[in-house]
Amino acid sequence: MTPALGMFLAFVAFTLVITYFSARKTSGASSYFAAGRRITGWQNGLAVAGDYMSAASFLGISGMIAFAGYDGFMYSVGWLVAYLTVLLIVAEPLRNAGKYTMADVLAYRLSPRPVRAMASLSTLTVSTFYMVAQMVGAGTLVKLLMPGISYEVAVCGVGVLMIVYVVFGGMLATTWVQIIKAILLMSGSIFLSVLVMKQFDYSFTKFFDALGHVTFHTKTGELVTRDFLQPGLKYGAQIGNGYGPLDLISLGLALVFGTAGLPHVLVRFYTVPDAKTARASVVWAMIIIGLFYIMTTFLGFGAATILNPDNIIDALGKSNPNASAPLLAQKLGGEVFFAFISAVAFATILAVVAGLTISASTSFAHDFFTNVIHHGKEQKPGEEVRVARITAFVVGAISIAIAIVLGSAVNVAFLVALAFAVAASANLPVIVLSIFWKRFNTVGACAGLGTGLVSSIVLILMSPSVMGIDPETLTTGRHFIQMAPIFPLENPGILSIPLGFLGAILGTLMTREPSAEARFTELTVRANTGLGAEGASEH
Amino acid sequence: MSSPDPVDLTPVTGAATDVAPLGRAGDKPPHERTGVEEMGLADWDAIAATREFKELLRSKARFIVPATIFFVLYYFALPVLVGYAPELMARKVWGNLNIAYIFALSQFFMAWALAIIYVGVAMGWDRRAEAILARFGRKSGQ
Repeated sequence: MTPALGMFLAFVAFTLVITYFSARKTSGASSYFAAGRRITGWQNGLAVAGDYMSAASFLGISGMIAFAGYDGFMYSVGWLVAYLTVLLIVAEPLRNAGKYTMADVLAYRLSPRPVRAMASLSTLTVSTFYMVAQMVGAGTLVKLLMPGISYEVAVCGVGVLMIVYVVFGGMLATTWVQIIKAILLMSGSIFLSVLVMKQFDYSFTKFFDALGHVTFHTKTGELVTRDFLQPGLKYGAQIGNGYGPLDLISLGLALVFGTAGLPHVLVRFYTVPDAKTARASVVWAMIIIGLFYIMTTFLGFGAATILNPDNIIDALGKSNPNASAPLLAQKLGGEVFFAFISAVAFATILAVVAGLTISASTSFAHDFFTNVIHHGKEQKPGEEVRVARITAFVVGAISIAIAIVLGSAVNVAFLVALAFAVAASANLPVIVLSIFWKRFNTVGACAGLGTGLVSSIVLILMSPSVMGIDPETLTTGRHFIQMAPIFPLENPGILSIPLGFLGAILGTLMTREPSAEARFTELTVRANTGLGAEGASEH
Repeated sequence: MSSPDPVDLTPVTGAATDVAPLGRAGDKPPHERTGVEEMGLADWDAIAATREFKELLRSKARFIVPATIFFVLYYFALPVLVGYAPELMARKVWGNLNIAYIFALSQFFMAWALAIIYVGVAMGWDRRAEAILARFGRKSGQ
């Protein structure tokens, strides 16, 4: 066993111990899902930031910048600005009006059964996309640490650990893991950024000059020199038949409006005592996330200049953007730092995956199985718990299978951006309309969730990420459907978000629902005053 | 507490179907009210009809609507200009540093500034909401 591997395992074991001890103090739904609503503003801010700085940010964005330069940095910008949507539009009304999930807020005014069924389907879908990205990231990490084992085995191992996390932990456990991890990840990134700048004698002029001419091999094997600070390496006008710029705008839409529809981010606003704390925690999160994303400049551009994209390869010698940050840590900080960075990234993945599994499986068990199929009555004692567990296994298994099919070289930031697109298209329209539109009703909510979900997924399936004609000589990374892509953009948001809104609005206008309109006043008073909002639990 | 109204499915903690323990038996937490039970909690219409409440909503809209329009325009100016005015964005201002990177970096400061301004403004709304609730003998979270 290498020292790096030993340190890595010790760190992962340490996070499991924290989880176990905090889990022992967890009891009941309020503390399990919402950590007793006793988390303070800055703690919750750190936890939100911890959730957010997942494998996608640390591994994915660094890799995106290392390979696509400036265009990769656009992910960092979008993911921070997204928090303005959360802060200004959804955080406080949701905290004031909701209990645990987005579906609770919708169920307030609308007919609960169909709304909960649709909401649980969209939660499952978004969570699965998000989890696939985490699995791919975890597989990459484990392979870097243990070159002997295959990517497939690595991904399966992560899946098993995930189930351990979910069975023993709860929201309080993941909150503490996220807080500790956020602090460690920030410290690690600051240290790595300093190491990068040391290579340039701490001179920004030298750093930015070096970015002006990075020479590397393209996918087709051509040797080129590019200015990595210049936009257009990934989404330029000459890329994707001229659709590059439109694709970039479509990506921006998904990033800025997707965060406000992510189930595992929204659930964090129910862990604080009131809307005021929810607001404070968003601001704390924005400060931490913003600083981190500015540092992706050093991590990603550092990997591009110091390592060079040609050298960012995994144990099999395949180019792998997700390995950029860990490899940079290895080169500049040695084996110990490499183990530290990898372990922090891995702990992140475990905690994020656990949070996602909890929200997906409980949403399915409670909203779909018990309330929709069994009309709110449990048939046998403990049945819902069993369904939640089975769902956790099934969601885990599906994510593992997709992650294996995709392989380790797919950029995880891109995969997560697809989850954001689904969340922005399906969840955001119904959340916004149910808070602000009196006329909004059940048919509208179901139509909005349905069209947003279906359109974003269908567009992804018809996009150049899935469809494309590869030359016969290409053996790895072939497109799943060997056909010219029907939809020219990689990111579906620009079309699927308006479709989600359109579905919700047209569905609403088709019918009238007096009871939903009658309760709008109540929701408005609640959302704006916090009257009746669930406070901190007393035990 | 009896079982909740079959129509309202807001999660009731401590219910038999509580998913919380996931394999561990623990103490049940206190009951959390469901939406239907809370319907008679307050005279929602009376609160909504007060001048102060209407004024509060207007005050919120006056800040949130322009602020949202501003940040959406400021943010989307970046991908639009990068995509459709690449020569302008590629112009170098300091060494190899170009307008595109500086504009991207400015988004971070824009987001932070707007968030901090929002928190300041929202504190005033908190006070007004408390005053409205006090008139009805209530406080937030009750």
